[in-house]
Amino acid sequence: MTPFAYSRAATPSEATGLGRDGASFIAGGTNLLDLMKLEIITPDRLVDISRLDLAAISETPEGGLRIGAMVRNSDLAADRKVCDSYPVLAEALLAGASAQLRNKATTGGNLLQRTRCYYFYDTAMPCNKRAPGSGCQAIGGATRLHAIFGASVHCIATHPSDMAVALRALDAEVEVEAPEGAIRRLPLSQFYVLPGDTPHIETVLAPGDLITAVILPPPQGGRQTYRKVRDRASYAFALVSVAGVVALKEGRIAHASLAFGGVAPQPWRNETVESMLHDRQPSAGLFAQAADALLADARPQKDNAFKISLLRRTLIAVLNELTDADQ
Amino acid sequence: MTISVSMTVNGKTVSGDVEGRTLLVQFLREQLHLTGTHVGCDTSQCGACVVHVDGQSVKSCTILAAQANGTEVVTIEGLADGATLHPMQEAFREHHGLQCGFCTPGMLATGYDIVRRLPDADEARIRRELSGNICRCTGYHNIVKAIKAGAEKMSAA
Ligand SMILES: Cc1cc2nc3c(=O)[nH]c(=O)nc-3n(C[C@H](O)[C@H](O)[C@H](O)COP(=O)(O)OP(=O)(O)OC[C@H]3O[C@@H](n4cnc5c(N)ncnc54)[C@H](O)[C@@H]3O)c2cc1C
Ligand code: SF4
Ligand code: FES
Ligand code: FES
Repeated sequence: MTPFAYSRAATPSEATGLGRDGASFIAGGTNLLDLMKLEIITPDRLVDISRLDLAAISETPEGGLRIGAMVRNSDLAADRKVCDSYPVLAEALLAGASAQLRNKATTGGNLLQRTRCYYFYDTAMPCNKRAPGSGCQAIGGATRLHAIFGASVHCIATHPSDMAVALRALDAEVEVEAPEGAIRRLPLSQFYVLPGDTPHIETVLAPGDLITAVILPPPQGGRQTYRKVRDRASYAFALVSVAGVVALKEGRIAHASLAFGGVAPQPWRNETVESMLHDRQPSAGLFAQAADALLADARPQKDNAFKISLLRRTLIAVLNELTDADQ
Repeated sequence: MTISVSMTVNGKTVSGDVEGRTLLVQFLREQLHLTGTHVGCDTSQCGACVVHVDGQSVKSCTILAAQANGTEVVTIEGLADGATLHPMQEAFREHHGLQCGFCTPGMLATGYDIVRRLPDADEARIRRELSGNICRCTGYHNIVKAIKAGAEKMSAA
């Protein structure tokens, strides 16, 4: 690691002020420190935000949940209200990393973790995300982990978070405090930006912007599940994953929200697929049509065409599980 | 830039000057000479470096010493009571839960943590909870057996 100055922020406004002046935030540090050791990120000033008073989980006036940005992944996965009303979130968290990492990783940091593209980690290789303008070594290279949706000719990396996929299916919002103290809320659907020709820009956050909370709307009801498919049964990032929330009413699908991980630069969602399912009776034919619609715009790379059939099967399995009348 | 840190390690207050980039595991091993905590991968994967910080198991290669300022740390050296092994250590010895021993400090720290959080964990759960600890030698079977036996010893103690 290259040397840096370290300080602990006492308040969010101290943190955002230092951030605007070029400091990097460290929360759990489970992603940042690895990137600093490899000198992929070399901040000269680090502001420790992990002690900020943002570690509470509380109910919102609307009946939803406010999750402080410093709530640790382990605490969030064990929270009673999360387990009861948003189980897809608890499942996604527990499908990620290991117990010791979840004990340190925070809600805000998890959203902002960087891609696991091999070339991003190898400073000897060109990579537009790490070194803008240097090229993309992944295109034409090893692409097993890479995107089938939303990529550009400048970057085909995927976002690795499991938690963010569940939050996307739950219609979460991100609360952000800006350096002058202004607080704004944005839907997770507007938080990440596609790579386009600036893959080093991953979110709409400006320098100094601090994530203060993630807000969940009131529970939607219905059944929920998170299914993650990976190369090993544990301790690996998703090849594909599906977060599903499906409510049935009188034998018809009253509501379906579905988000997909491991396949795009951000948690992926497709409203056309959801509206196709709406008010229909579950059937193998309907699920096959939904999968066709989802995969119609898939663009595989050299090594990852398998993700198309894998995602199809995973989506259908999730829809079967969530609409199975016997469960 | 040096930073003065002070924390409780295995019940004793310790302090020292570190750089911003000094990792907790470096502080423990190089400044406090507590070399029982190992570094395997240095990239948060293997679990050889697991210690407890404020009662939570964490990977000490992925936390700055400065971040641990003011916390309570327990390392493998803090597990035994003098010459008397901790029940989890005893269980690892009895069940051959180690071969070369490199992963063992982290396995013990994790095993102890699993039992404390999940005293009734069955074999499948123990295996799942061990996902952050890698062992090159044992094939894990005896580690799982040892943790199960350690759980029984800990609840009897
Ligand atoms: C071995 C290993 C396996 C893993 N496996 C998985 C997995 O299977 N699935 C998965 O989803 N994840 C996995 N992870 C990633 C892990 O979930 C992330 O490292 C973690 O969630 C990051 O959180 P953190 O608080 O430690 O972030 P940090 O490392 O502290 O920060 C990450 C980034 O976010 C910024 N940041 C943090 N908090 C804020 C805030 N409040 N406001 C603004 N910026 C902020 C930091 O500046 C930094 O750029 C794995 C990690 C490791 C090391
Ligand atoms: S896919 Fe993106 S992160 Fe990977 S090498 Fe190309 S530009 Fe870099
Ligand atoms: S040395 Fe810390 S996890 Fe491997
Ligand atoms: S006993 Fe050798 S690595 Fe586990």
